[in-house]
Amino acid sequence: MNLNELTIKAARVKLDKGEISAQALTKACLFALEQKDKDLNACLMVNKEGAMQEAKKADKRLKAGEKGGLLGIPYLGKDNLMTKGLKTTAASKMLADYVAPYNATVITKLQAAGAILLGKTNLDEFAHGASTETSAFGVTKNPHDLSRVAGGSSGGSAAAVAANLCLFALGSDTGGSIRQPASFCGVVGLKPSYGLVSRFGLLSMTSSTDVIGPLTKTVADAEIVLSVLAGGDKYDATSVNSTYVAEMKKVTPRVSSRLAETITKQDLKKSIKGLKIGLPREYFPVDLDSELKGVIEKKAKMLADLGAQLVDISLPYSKYGIPVYYIITPCEISSNLARFDGIGWGNVQVETDSLQEFYQVNRGLGFGAETKRRIMLGTYALSAGYYDAYYKKAQAVRTLIIADFNRAFSKVDFILTPTSPHAAFKIGEQNSDPLTMYLEDVFVTGASLAGLPAISVPAGEVTVSGDKKMPVGMQLLAPRFFETELINLARNLDK
Amino acid sequence: MKLKIEEIKHIAQLARLQLSEKELVEYQKELSSILDYVATLKEVDTTKVEPTAQIGNLRDVLRPDEVVPWDKEEIAAALKNNERENGNIKVKRVL
Repeated sequence: MNLNELTIKAARVKLDKGEISAQALTKACLFALEQKDKDLNACLMVNKEGAMQEAKKADKRLKAGEKGGLLGIPYLGKDNLMTKGLKTTAASKMLADYVAPYNATVITKLQAAGAILLGKTNLDEFAHGASTETSAFGVTKNPHDLSRVAGGSSGGSAAAVAANLCLFALGSDTGGSIRQPASFCGVVGLKPSYGLVSRFGLLSMTSSTDVIGPLTKTVADAEIVLSVLAGGDKYDATSVNSTYVAEMKKVTPRVSSRLAETITKQDLKKSIKGLKIGLPREYFPVDLDSELKGVIEKKAKMLADLGAQLVDISLPYSKYGIPVYYIITPCEISSNLARFDGIGWGNVQVETDSLQEFYQVNRGLGFGAETKRRIMLGTYALSAGYYDAYYKKAQAVRTLIIADFNRAFSKVDFILTPTSPHAAFKIGEQNSDPLTMYLEDVFVTGASLAGLPAISVPAGEVTVSGDKKMPVGMQLLAPRFFETELINLARNLDK
Repeated sequence: MKLKIEEIKHIAQLARLQLSEKELVEYQKELSSILDYVATLKEVDTTKVEPTAQIGNLRDVLRPDEVVPWDKEEIAAALKNNERENGNIKVKRVL
């Protein structure tokens, strides 16, 4: 086994015992990147020298007796996270040469922990998409089949973990952007609760749902990374600390008080006996691919065999998740991306005489088709006369979607669904109509709109053509801030 | 609901986006179809429902409005992308 193929947990043991060095581990990843990424296009930038320097520092710390956590573990960061002195492009022509002057808080935290940043991963432009096809720097290919997408928007991160180019990667999830590519690439993707991880230094997309989380090879690894990422940050007013999380877990109205009071005392890593796991019927529609349904049910049965009780539940407002998401998201995008005016940062393509013209020409040239589409849609929905009909209406239906989950969590401890209605599709297959791509998010927007923690774990494989099989993921959801319990439940599914 | 090409032009103007004729026609078609799709929300009765303003349950996260020291190199790097004059960012004439 090559060192880059190790899980964090396995590498940890070897590093702590002195069997391997952080430099050897980093070299193995850099070698894999050199060998494989020509075909995959998972990375937009590899910082070879910087990574080796960081590895050297980590080895010093290890030699000095420091142990544990992410010390000496090489990783990749999604290219919408600020990295000081390194390019941060968001896969947009608008920021093609932009060098961030500071680090995102998650990058700072990982650096302090001794993790080694190898480079930055590809994404849909500004994270607008579900296939990494809207990247201005080319599509990322799925390591399981190069003719297929890796999913998105964190497609580069998912592909990189699946191809063992790193030990873990960071993604961001606004409406499924960690979970769906994790499903397509057969890796673990964790979207934490809204507010658990600081977003300082993440390029804002939809501020009311954006979160940062890990893509890993195992659930146990996701837990290790999350423990470093989580925590309040004075630079992000929406982030919360552990005291707040503990308080919220106690007072969350009726939301699974059973889970809060009883089950948290139970070590779910050891026993999940008596847990109630809800399967919402809206997430298993009659037209769901029967092979995929079988794979998910088989995986769910593993939990049942361990003593959990599978319960049929209903989330009646689920079908409005996509329409709500595709109003709120473009609205927030049109506002958040107004800052890209060609003046403060970004590439100036054309000089003009007037300021208005300067904005229009440079934004018109700098943004890609999907980004412009979303800005247009949001601008329309927020404009005079339409605000109530679109934005306010969507936020009202969002209230009902949140209430759906609250009701469900008064009956069950966790919710189980497919992550995506299908395996990775062919590159170009879903490009003709933007709406087709929006429907990709059908099972993943709910948790985003309600701010819930959700994890996608590999569930098995389904046939995509002939005898070709591709991975699919199963999604588990918990009440807000119950990620520890969610992770412990999911750990029962680690191979 | 089909948006008129004038409406598309108006939205592009509001969004400060210069679009080609081809883009205008494409967005006319695509935005219309997306708006038709999201119109399904009309069937939901929300007369007694409070719109979600935030999901964080946080209120009044305040800090003192003070100037704090910041890394000089970071400040210089942050302003590197701008055309400057006497320490100020230079923009084109507004009026």
